[in-house]
Amino acid sequence: MKVLYQSCLATLILAVILCGIYPALVTVAGKLLFAEKANGGLISNHEGNVIGAEIIGQSFSKPIYFHGRPSAAGDKGYDAANSSGTNLGPTNQKLIDGISKNIDDLLKDNPSLKKGQIPTDLVTASASGLDPHISPEAAYVQVERVASARGVSVDEIRNLAKEHIEGPAWGLFGEPVVNVLLLNLDLDRRYPPKG
Amino acid sequence: MTTRDTIQLGLYLIVLILATKPLALHLEKVFEGSKNLLSPIFGPIEKLIYRLLGVNPDEDQHWTKYSIDLLVFSGVTCGFTYLLLRAQKFLPLNPQGFAGMTPDLAYNTAMSFTTNTNWQSYGGESTLSYLSQMLALTFHNFISAAVGIAVAVALIRGISKKEGKGIGNFWADMIRCNLYVLLPICIVYALFLISQGVIQNFHAYDIATTLEGVKQTIAQGPVASQVAIKMLGTNGGGFFNANAAHPYENPTALSNFFQMLSIFLIPSALVYLLGRRVRNKKHGWAVWAAMAIIFVVGVLITAHYEYQGNPKLAELGCSSPANMEGKEARFGIFNSAFFATITTDASCGAVNAMHDSFTPLGGAVPLSNIMLGEIIFGGVGSGLYGMLMYILLTVFIAGLMIGRTPEYVGKKIEGREIKYVMFAMIVMALSILGFTAWGALDPRGLAGLNNPAGHGFSEILYAYTSGTGNNGSAFAGLSANTPFWNWTLAFAMFFGRFFMMIPMLAVAGSLAKKKIHPGGEGTFRVDNSLFVGLLIGVILLVGALTFFPALSLGPIAEHFDMLQGHLFK
Repeated sequence: MKVLYQSCLATLILAVILCGIYPALVTVAGKLLFAEKANGGLISNHEGNVIGAEIIGQSFSKPIYFHGRPSAAGDKGYDAANSSGTNLGPTNQKLIDGISKNIDDLLKDNPSLKKGQIPTDLVTASASGLDPHISPEAAYVQVERVASARGVSVDEIRNLAKEHIEGPAWGLFGEPVVNVLLLNLDLDRRYPPKG
Repeated sequence: MTTRDTIQLGLYLIVLILATKPLALHLEKVFEGSKNLLSPIFGPIEKLIYRLLGVNPDEDQHWTKYSIDLLVFSGVTCGFTYLLLRAQKFLPLNPQGFAGMTPDLAYNTAMSFTTNTNWQSYGGESTLSYLSQMLALTFHNFISAAVGIAVAVALIRGISKKEGKGIGNFWADMIRCNLYVLLPICIVYALFLISQGVIQNFHAYDIATTLEGVKQTIAQGPVASQVAIKMLGTNGGGFFNANAAHPYENPTALSNFFQMLSIFLIPSALVYLLGRRVRNKKHGWAVWAAMAIIFVVGVLITAHYEYQGNPKLAELGCSSPANMEGKEARFGIFNSAFFATITTDASCGAVNAMHDSFTPLGGAVPLSNIMLGEIIFGGVGSGLYGMLMYILLTVFIAGLMIGRTPEYVGKKIEGREIKYVMFAMIVMALSILGFTAWGALDPRGLAGLNNPAGHGFSEILYAYTSGTGNNGSAFAGLSANTPFWNWTLAFAMFFGRFFMMIPMLAVAGSLAKKKIHPGGEGTFRVDNSLFVGLLIGVILLVGALTFFPALSLGPIAEHFDMLQGHLFK
């Protein structure tokens, strides 16, 4: 059977080109041109320990930090080796119960926030469970809490949050967002928490 | 929709149109085997491969020979992948030490990637070694795309040929497509993706200690090289479980724009190529227009219902009911709806938002897109040959209406061709609806559901539609990694791929033999707005007649439940 032989050989040859040479080429070129990004955009503290990746969200619950979106990645959320959304449909009781709980928690943490003003992205789970961003509105509603927890004026924190608004790219693509981890790092640098 | 949304949609169409003709001209040269831009680099490699395989690229194969070579090659690659996935544990490049796949999962995955479906019953970062990702999956991303394009090109040859036996050479088509089209674009594209933040490395997963002192394991891998071909080849299988929603797979709005663009790029060029080869460019643009109209309407409907969102959200105190559940902040409502429409218009199936959490009607558009056969630009190759089924049907129906023998670009369309077309259409409908009925009645099917009531039914319907349509996106709450789901879906994918591909190759062979008659006064024209309208009409009519009852049990019923505020446990 000539065609069987051809198929096996073609598989072998193409595997070498497409699965060997191609990814190797991209890896080498990537390392040369954009080493940091190709390696995951990891951030280290001054002791050299990795504290996270720039574009991978992480869990925040302390009042001194801005909080990210609810996450369904892994059992506890923000598991960066188990990306996932909730995949709950709009008429599922579980979805609505989850969102209600998120809203209750948010209102408890931020007493000045009123029902009707809650940014939707801050109480709904992201698609990846690793969303590094929140909307600018979702950052602003947390400003008072962060300011009082750090003993800094509300205006200063609000300005810092404003500085961290990125996008839309070229004024056109995507939505304006705030990277939660980068904002919190900046907070720690400029207004180190007391005690 | 905001102004920015409209501008993004407009810009998308403009860039797509601008890229269409140059790429089509390149494709034409490549598949004719004449000198092209990249011949100096890849020409010697191409010749060497032919010599090793003992292939004569100029041998014009009869459609039966073309099909046999295609089937045997697909079978061999499928078997190769199956063995690789089973044996993963004993192979290198497995820093996390993942075990081999179970037989049902390995079979499902091998079939899934062979058929260009890329349905994923597993989560990439928690199941697959780097070797499996590259050698099993990236490999098929290239191969299955090239096979699909080859079939479309063979079909174009059959249609445009003056009178002859053959429809081209499978090996030449498949190898040329890989070397001159897919590989070079992917190299540039992968580097662009890295510049946006898509990772490309072979590190073991990194362990970070977060600001609040929690350990976070961050999955790594050679992602960019796989994502490039996954989008360009309309494969859609993600490196990570969250697919293009994962920040490492699709980090910015810009990477998102180009990922959407790369889905339609080759399908759009193939439509232009069709018009060019049949010496009627206006026909190419007429087909393009029909696709573009259904596409834009789909985007508008999905975006509308996602913005309208879930009334419960406003009730609970959110400032807007817009449905952000299962969406990423950087993409927001519009780019999620936009992506969902494109990925299902084509047979891509990558997702940048969780379709399972879409509003009922917002999610019904992606579902319907797949049901229509993914012919709205469609998968690479499969989109065009799928659309040609509808074109032949339209011409046939128009012929019946005016009482003349139907003709398509000078070739008589007779009972034989229409039988092949109807065979493919009926198999598809039967596979989707038959399997869905089975899944909805069998406790092993229901065991996988993540959602109750109408939405649960939608999960089943979406799964078999996606499988049969070789799309690969999912209402991903479904726990599909069970023997029942793995096996049934694998068969659905097989039927959807080859029971459509082989009949269309038969059509190509049958048309190739026919003489071209110059069109007369009474010939039904295929290059005007009447044709565009009729074509859209036939597509929607066939789709609605086949699938409306199923849709009304799932998304439509759920829509009214949501408006009434009903919730289900």
